[in-house]
Amino acid sequence: MGELDEIIKEFLVESNEGLDQVDCDLVALEKQPDDKELIARIFRAVHTLKGTSGILGFPLVESVTHAGESLLSRIRDGRLPMTPAIASALLSLVDFSRRAIQRVESNGSDSGEDGSLLVEQLRSLTGVPSATGTSSDVDVYSGQPETHRLGEILVEDGHLSQQAVHKALAQQKSGDSRKIGEILVGTGTVVPKAVVQALGTQADVRSASSASTIRVDVAMLDRVMNLVGELVLARNRTVQFAATSADAGFLSTVQSLNLITAELQEGVMKMRMLAIGNVWNKLPRLVRDMAQACGKQVRIEVDGSETELDKTIIEAIKDPLTHIVRNAIDHGIESPEERRSAGKHEEGVISLTAFHEGGYVNLNISDDGGGIDVERVKAKALARGLMSSEQLARASEREILHLIFVPGFSTAEKVTNISGRGVGMDVVKTNVEKIGGTVDIHSKPGQGTSLQIKIPLTLAIVPALVVTSHGERFAIPQVSLVELVRLNATSGSKQIENVRGAEVYRLRGNLLPLVRLDRQLGVEDDRATDDNLQIVVLQADGRQFGLLVDEINDTEEIVVKPLGKHLKNVACFAGATTMGDGRVALILDVRGLAQEARVVSENHRAMHGESLSTAASKEDRQQWLLFRAGTNARMAMHLSSVQRLEEIRRSDVEHSDNQDVVQYRGQIMPLVNVAENFKLEQGPGTDPLEVIVHAHRGRSVGFVVSEVLDVVEQTVVPERSGRRALLGSAVIQQRVTDIVDIDQLAEMALKTATQPSAALIGA
Amino acid sequence: MTATQQLCTFFLNPYFFGIEVHKVQEVLRPQDITRVPLSDDVVGGLINLRGQIVTAIDLRGCLGLEASRNEGSMNVVVRTEEGAVSFLVDEIGDVVEVEDGGFEPPPDTLEGPVRELVRGVYKLKDRLLIVLDTTRALRQKNDEAALRMATE
Repeated sequence: MGELDEIIKEFLVESNEGLDQVDCDLVALEKQPDDKELIARIFRAVHTLKGTSGILGFPLVESVTHAGESLLSRIRDGRLPMTPAIASALLSLVDFSRRAIQRVESNGSDSGEDGSLLVEQLRSLTGVPSATGTSSDVDVYSGQPETHRLGEILVEDGHLSQQAVHKALAQQKSGDSRKIGEILVGTGTVVPKAVVQALGTQADVRSASSASTIRVDVAMLDRVMNLVGELVLARNRTVQFAATSADAGFLSTVQSLNLITAELQEGVMKMRMLAIGNVWNKLPRLVRDMAQACGKQVRIEVDGSETELDKTIIEAIKDPLTHIVRNAIDHGIESPEERRSAGKHEEGVISLTAFHEGGYVNLNISDDGGGIDVERVKAKALARGLMSSEQLARASEREILHLIFVPGFSTAEKVTNISGRGVGMDVVKTNVEKIGGTVDIHSKPGQGTSLQIKIPLTLAIVPALVVTSHGERFAIPQVSLVELVRLNATSGSKQIENVRGAEVYRLRGNLLPLVRLDRQLGVEDDRATDDNLQIVVLQADGRQFGLLVDEINDTEEIVVKPLGKHLKNVACFAGATTMGDGRVALILDVRGLAQEARVVSENHRAMHGESLSTAASKEDRQQWLLFRAGTNARMAMHLSSVQRLEEIRRSDVEHSDNQDVVQYRGQIMPLVNVAENFKLEQGPGTDPLEVIVHAHRGRSVGFVVSEVLDVVEQTVVPERSGRRALLGSAVIQQRVTDIVDIDQLAEMALKTATQPSAALIGA
Repeated sequence: MTATQQLCTFFLNPYFFGIEVHKVQEVLRPQDITRVPLSDDVVGGLINLRGQIVTAIDLRGCLGLEASRNEGSMNVVVRTEEGAVSFLVDEIGDVVEVEDGGFEPPPDTLEGPVRELVRGVYKLKDRLLIVLDTTRALRQKNDEAALRMATE
């Protein structure tokens, strides 16, 4: 009985794989109806399924696949053209078989559904009256579960007829010692090239089905993996112990143990790797069915399907990927009419790319559809109370796009049966983040949307940067790492600008908020001097911040272990790992850390599950850039809206279209004098000009101010003033400060600039 | 004939404690311990138990006792539903066999947190052996943590 179970289990796995392949091939065949190889492959798979189900006694599967096989053999022989109706019928054959196999798995029998209608449909398409059953040329194979014989391959590939093979076989039996291929070429029935090709196919089939691969239970692999982990640790200790020994023989033994363990670890990791193509294979069918259901024309393009990932990760991204593709078809790609009027090809393209990069896998899913309507997202966010209109006004386009990841958010106007029910992108984000990945989105109106997913190769082992702060080591997952900055030992503290606890660093003119790891973790002591500090520039929720640590040790592959329940509520740590010396090091949760330190903007906190009321009370505790405009006006703007601080020489200022401009990073950047726009008393003007660079609608705009004063972090509740381009006034550092609505100011200034006006830069 | 049970004993000076021996996975010498900043006071840190990372509970802190002066604490590793947890103790005693007849509820002389986490005492010839309720010792902290999180 056990053996039979084993066989059935194998049948289930193989059949499912076979059906997946047929699915893909059928969709491809619709596009290239003349591809003989595709037809041959589909035929072989269906034929194999028919054979095995016959032997194992699953009559339902056998009957439908038999009908399908007959139909396919006629197509293969060129007696029937491939039509959409046939493709649909064959696809429903695949679905039917899949359901039947599912039933075999759950109750051991394939019965439970009526297959006669499908059989009838297939037969009528074949053009064979139902009573006569199969056409004769199929029967040759019956009873044989797998065909690898050269003659059969040649017949399947359509190079010669069954009769010719029989004739050659008869010749061989009657004493001709030559191989069948030679006989066939000798009699001129087939060209040598075809035989060589068939021999290749034969070798492939043989090697695939014989001893070169085996199936292993994943649980078994996991066990081996754990054991190897233990071995690595034992090895580490031995290596450490060996350091105190002078015995040459022992040392060389330890050396080889070291190497072998490393190779073993790598080998086990590789065993768990699967190509991402395993997931992508299911998508062409999904795209076809969905596109038909939506009345759209969509093509899918894949690149990098051989990229390998750990099996658990593959499982974890399967659903998110499917969801993204669904979304792209349903909301992204427009109807053929819309596309035509927009001057695009009627057929939309969804392209998937995957590639390795620094221990991570990047997945890119993009469509060439309509893109995301930012205004609609804004309106929806407002209606749902996710953000206030003020927050929306100052939010970057990126931040707005990221709103689609908020639970319950859907921009689809109408709820279709496919998507638009408000569950979706948030699940995608959660699932990806659960496995330590990140999601990013870009969209261009009218040109499409693209999603970038970055996920680790495996869950168990993560590349990390090991840093020391206050004598303790911490591991930082490299996915969040942007760059490292070493502060000059002698002038270390001078480069950090310290303003009431909110420290910033000018990184190439950009203001980088800083977080001291020791202070954040509450392990700081008086010893703290700013000599030899290192800045680890990290990225969380699309924001960068610098983490100040004492020392940067090394990058290392770490094995992530979860923390016990007593430590679950510490947001700063994602887990722990054991280091080479056997000690435990904590793994920093970069996002948690950033949120604790309040360096990511507050609406992100709301997005990540904090209730809206608590978020609202902290809403305006953000970092502000204080500056002076004109002679004595104190103003502030969100630090987050500042791209860079620049000093520009007056001599570099040029004039174009009634606007002062400057050449900046290969662009022409308009300069806006803040004082003039607010009709403030103009100061004497500095040289060089102090310029705050802000990205406005994808374009850099420079705001000329008299002096950049400070960066402060505090709760600001602006009192409305009703003046244009001002959010209101507030008391910051005991002084009344005007809060500038930077986008509105930019708009105002750039609009007025088109009209003739006085010189914009204060005299 | 009275029923007996075995207790794994340890010292948290000046007290003498015991845990049912079947709950104890192993007893370890002082381990390298990694402190966890921002964690609960009762969390002593993390130790590496043959590749498994185990939370060490500072039992003295847990029971409201002053921190011990000597350097390394011994570890009593206990099996729990959520995996192993290590209790940091001053010194390890023997495995003691006690008779149920000698069991009494906590005496009045025990006060504060100690009393909360104690199941009862056994009167030995020369001293009292306090039986620690491990589930309660572990649970209490969680409730505290949950409470703190809720009120924050």
